[in-house]
Amino acid sequence: MEEDKTGTSSTLSVSATSIKVTEVSKDGDALTFIIVSQKLSGTGEYHVDRTYEDFEWLQQHLFSLEDVPGIQGIIFPPLPAKAQLNPSAKLVKQLGLLATGENWMLYCKALEAYLQQVAAHNTLNKTKDLETFLTSAEPPGRQKVKKGIFNRLSQAVEGIRKEGHKDVDEFFKTERDHNFTLTGFSKTAAERFLEVVLTEQKIAMACGHFAASLQLCVEAGEDPDMQTFSKMCVKISEVMVSMKSNVQKVAENNVSTLGLGLDLESRYQEAEKEMLFRRTCKLVELETASRNAERAKPVKKAAMDEIKRAAEKDFDHTSGVAKQEIARFQRARVDVLRQALIQWCEQQLLTAKDSAELYKQHLQAFRGPASSDPSS
Amino acid sequence: MATSSERTSPPPFPDSEDQDLAECEEEDEEEEEEDDEEEEEEERGGEGGEDEDSDLFLSAVRCVLYSRTNGVHGAAEEGDIFAEATVELSLDSPRTDRKKNAATAPKPSTSAPTLSSAADLSKTHSASLEELEEEEQEDNFDVNISVTNPEKMGDGMNAYMAYKVSTQTTLAMFRSKTFTVRRRFSDFLGLYEKLTDKHAPAGFIVPPPPEKSILGMTKVKVGKEDSSSAEFVERRRAALERYLQRVVCHPSLLQDPDVREFLEREELPRAVSTQALSGAGFLKMLNKATDAVSKMTIKMNESDVWFEEKLQEVEAADQQFRKLHSLVESLVVHRKELSVNTASFSKSVAMLGSSEDNTALSRALSQLAEVEDKMEQLHQEQASCDSFCFAELIADYIRLLGSVRGSFDHRMKAWQRWQDAQTMLQKKRESEAKLLWANKPDKLQQAKDEITEWEGKVTQYEGDFDKVSATVRKEVLRFEKEKVKNFKRQIIKYLEAQLQAQQQLIKYWDAFLPEAKAIA
Repeated sequence: MEEDKTGTSSTLSVSATSIKVTEVSKDGDALTFIIVSQKLSGTGEYHVDRTYEDFEWLQQHLFSLEDVPGIQGIIFPPLPAKAQLNPSAKLVKQLGLLATGENWMLYCKALEAYLQQVAAHNTLNKTKDLETFLTSAEPPGRQKVKKGIFNRLSQAVEGIRKEGHKDVDEFFKTERDHNFTLTGFSKTAAERFLEVVLTEQKIAMACGHFAASLQLCVEAGEDPDMQTFSKMCVKISEVMVSMKSNVQKVAENNVSTLGLGLDLESRYQEAEKEMLFRRTCKLVELETASRNAERAKPVKKAAMDEIKRAAEKDFDHTSGVAKQEIARFQRARVDVLRQALIQWCEQQLLTAKDSAELYKQHLQAFRGPASSDPSS
Repeated sequence: MATSSERTSPPPFPDSEDQDLAECEEEDEEEEEEDDEEEEEEERGGEGGEDEDSDLFLSAVRCVLYSRTNGVHGAAEEGDIFAEATVELSLDSPRTDRKKNAATAPKPSTSAPTLSSAADLSKTHSASLEELEEEEQEDNFDVNISVTNPEKMGDGMNAYMAYKVSTQTTLAMFRSKTFTVRRRFSDFLGLYEKLTDKHAPAGFIVPPPPEKSILGMTKVKVGKEDSSSAEFVERRRAALERYLQRVVCHPSLLQDPDVREFLEREELPRAVSTQALSGAGFLKMLNKATDAVSKMTIKMNESDVWFEEKLQEVEAADQQFRKLHSLVESLVVHRKELSVNTASFSKSVAMLGSSEDNTALSRALSQLAEVEDKMEQLHQEQASCDSFCFAELIADYIRLLGSVRGSFDHRMKAWQRWQDAQTMLQKKRESEAKLLWANKPDKLQQAKDEITEWEGKVTQYEGDFDKVSATVRKEVLRFEKEKVKNFKRQIIKYLEAQLQAQQQLIKYWDAFLPEAKAIA
């Protein structure tokens, strides 16, 4: 493998699946992430700390890789929005499910997924920048990189016009329609799931308040009836505490498995959407160039033809890469959702079993040791 | 119930009745049982004479129970009342059969979830106690009330809800074993008013019915057919049922002919003076009572510190219960929210599933949408469970505490009357002295007569005061025992419902897991 300056042909020295974002530490308003990865040679691991800016640096470098024909056909793994310690309401909305969960652990998981996806991508993982990012003790340079051609879809007004541009290829026509639908639905599903989780958190809090208030019903005094009632209030309070922790666990399970999966699906569909848009832009370029070439006066004809050929080549490359990427993406997303659903189901099943057991114990305590439990 | 029920399913006793139902049965048995506990003996010792109705019953059962309970209680010497629970429950012989039937019949879905305690009761049952129970059956306070079939009568703003009140009883004082009448809300209020007028001054704690609700009823009258008005009607129905159960469970109130008339008589004359019992009026009445109490507390020479302490406890409890009530209501609101959000999520998953190309994933997502739909149902049920198990219970107790304070107030009034009589007697003696000194023999006889009259009154009022005090004391003790039983019953019900919900969830997850694993 040649090692050239742009570093597009080096191989990654760590195992993609071993990349973990293990911790996050807070420094003022900024967050620093600890990334651990295992050396492929099996001789140890790398520990590096990175800020969100470092991640952005990496993403920008990926966008601006040179000597990758058809690079615009690549579906770039999506980077989550920047997280801050005291996020504004707007940011919280943007982050959605990733803003829930304790101590940004979910956000770390999302960053981890991002890195693993980049490391697993056969083209993207060849960049030296990834290696630097994962292994270098020094943070990668934080200079502003030239913004590549990968501006967000929503920026250009023409984006709206081009987005709807008719396609020449049946495969892509279908894919664009399908992606459009799925992008919308997956975003909605993620948003509504977030609502469910937030309500669950509210319920947990309400149970907690109720439990605390019951404790206040405990009376001092020697009246045996009052004592009985007080003891009962304490017991009921314990039941409510169990309920609270059950609901909390359910919410936690929700976000850490299915929540994460839906969030990723939603962002990945957006990433595919952006790729398809880029290709559509190329198509528009090509069609424009073709028209120009046709109408060109003999003087300019050769030049126009050359432009047309270049555009055609670019478009073909892009389409070729895009097709591969789409196939890969389809397999990957099914896999992601499958994993998410299985883990979710298994964890909720476990939580339900634990809760059932706990409630049985509470019932025993209330009914008295001599009673048998009929509800097992 | 002998009469045909318009309900789709014919359980004799809906669940919400259970709490007071079993209390009714157990109440007297419990009183004996707790007599056996050392703690209670001091309290009850002084009141042995007061139990006119149940004395015979008490002594008959006591000796048999004593040996039984001691045996069973081996482990529970520390006095944990929860350990006694099994013995209490196992006395429920005739009831267990009926409850068993109730449990197996399908239930209306809006009230609290199915109690599995019926099965529990029949299991913990013991043979010797069964015999005992059958012996005593005639003496038991065996009255079971159900309030069902709310039906809108009339239309427009004159419309009202009529409820079916069904009674099943073995008591001889009723005309038959089962009977049904139709009553409207104001009838219940009318009954309360009559009972209060007659018994509250003697220091009895008369259970209060649910309040009037202008908003709630207006919605119903206007014919708004939405879930909130349906819920309102259901809450009211259940509250009326609990109200009646409490009334018939009270040994003295049950004897009142007005109660019998309410339950038996075909047509009841319209209770017109229930204006005072509207929400605001009711509150005003209670407030007036408490104002009077607070004014008097300053003046009253409380000879028995028990009453002073109790009143303080009652007031503290009132505060606490109000707080608890608002917390539970907020929990209910969130659960309902969760139900709505779950349904919404389910729809979005269904859409995702139907757009999905990959067949296995598509099917799994559709299954997921179905699971979420079922969970929405579960959450709905949990919300109404929270509501019925806790919120309604606490609301009942807030109202009951009002009645308790009322009874203290009546005791104060009795004291005041006695004091006033003493003052009057003193005045009469003074005027007699004056007359003696002024030497007016013709008025002297009158003065002497008056003194005799007032001496009699003083004695009578003192006796009344003592009697009221004793009644209040007994009533408060009964109230507190009921409170413990009620809360315990509800928390068990609640836990059983929660357990059932978890077990349902386990089933759903178990069914879904293979679908998720089948995705390829």
